Amino acid sequence: MKAPLRRIWGMIYRHLAIYRGSWPRTLEVAYWPTLNMLIWGFTARYFMHVQPGAGAAAGALLAGVLLWEITLRGQLGVTFTFLEEIWSRNLGHIFVSPLRPREMVASLLIVSLIRTLIGLLPATIIAYLLYRYNILLLGPVLFLFFVNLMLMGWWIALAIVALLFRYGAGAEALAWTIAFGITPLACVFYPVTALPVWLQPVALALPSAHIFAGMRTALFQHGVDWQDLAWAVALNIGWMVAAILVFRGEFRRARIRGALISIGE
Amino acid sequence: MDAIIVDRLVKRYARTLAVDDISFTLPRGGILGLLGGNGAGKTTTISMLLGLLVPTSGTITVLGHDMARDRFAALERMNFSSPYIALPGRLTVAENLRVYGHLYNVPKLEARIGELVDKFNLAKFLHRPAGELSAGQKTRVALAKSLMNKPELLLLDEPTASLDPDTGDYVRTVLEDYRHETKAAILLASHNMGEVERLCDTVLMMKAGRIVDRGRPEELIARYGREDLEQVFLDIARNREIAA
Repeated sequence: MKAPLRRIWGMIYRHLAIYRGSWPRTLEVAYWPTLNMLIWGFTARYFMHVQPGAGAAAGALLAGVLLWEITLRGQLGVTFTFLEEIWSRNLGHIFVSPLRPREMVASLLIVSLIRTLIGLLPATIIAYLLYRYNILLLGPVLFLFFVNLMLMGWWIALAIVALLFRYGAGAEALAWTIAFGITPLACVFYPVTALPVWLQPVALALPSAHIFAGMRTALFQHGVDWQDLAWAVALNIGWMVAAILVFRGEFRRARIRGALISIGE
Repeated sequence: MDAIIVDRLVKRYARTLAVDDISFTLPRGGILGLLGGNGAGKTTTISMLLGLLVPTSGTITVLGHDMARDRFAALERMNFSSPYIALPGRLTVAENLRVYGHLYNVPKLEARIGELVDKFNLAKFLHRPAGELSAGQKTRVALAKSLMNKPELLLLDEPTASLDPDTGDYVRTVLEDYRHETKAAILLASHNMGEVERLCDTVLMMKAGRIVDRGRPEELIARYGREDLEQVFLDIARNREIAA
């Protein structure tokens, strides 16, 4: 294995070893997606009971819950994994090893992907077994939704890690709250037009508004709105570039301020 | 070629001059002691040598690489140990060594881990989480990690802190043997003056960010008219004059 790949694998191994040795941590990965699916699944079932024609809306609700979890888990997967290094006061060893920052980021993204897939599996199975809802029926476009929502979670996470470089462990609360705070603007369960007019441009600047509009098109019209998807891809690229620039800038400033040594304090 | 060349190094924070225009070299195969009280600038200097901290001005060349432009090429060939920077406590000792073996791209990793386990007597707690070890055991694991890649330059911050005298002596012997076998250079920051006298060829005395004196331990002892390095350290820390 080439040295860069081996260094990335070393960091992935480091985090997988934590999960292997701790069942509560492994359970935590799937806990919230499963809980959300149970709550919204029963809610959707109740709506269908009182309004028998609401099947499509209930399907959109369940699809929204599952797909938005991709962004939330993707973001938490990166920031939680980085916070693990802060909590274990290990950054001093990592940043004096030959591990490049881009390799550290690559390992964070891969661990995040693994966490997201494992975390969503029980919720997906529950949706099928309890509510007879099969997200895979969205077809191949589901893969494009997944990639874009994952990318959105990742650029949010990179920006949060940059804030951790700047403000230290004191900014830890941001890791848990920022993506959840975006949810009202993500237009997961309603179209952008449901928002006040002055808020709509903000929502449209997020890839999620376009992805979930595409999801509703796929569910209700059984088609793919390529324009929505193109917007989502373009916005994700733009936000990702911005997040990488912020990350690089804050990492450089952390090396000037000495924050890499004291970040956990 | 020298393992470390530091030229006119300065680190200034907003209101503090942490390192004030220091220059020194460490030849390959040499052991250099960095001494000074708390706040003297030792940790800041080591952090800049490791690339963790960007100097305000001055240059650092490590193993022929300019740390401002090419630090990763140097980092592959050096290593670091400090009891004040932890290894992941939830991972076992073996897992920790494996992680760092991958990060340093160590060939035949399991065999190398076996060598280090024997050298530092880690077998009894190899499969215990690092966070559950005693302070002395953690220090031995950290030292094993620091030799993982057979570094040509080893930076050690208080390498025998928390070790009992017997284990401390054993570690010092390991470091002497390692230098003898590999011709590696070692930079050592320590408050154990006996350790510095035993291991170091040259000592830099730091105070308030400056190098206030330097020389071989026996030279410094003679220059200050003292019996050991600890008394020299106290003379410098308390601003006593050099003996006439």
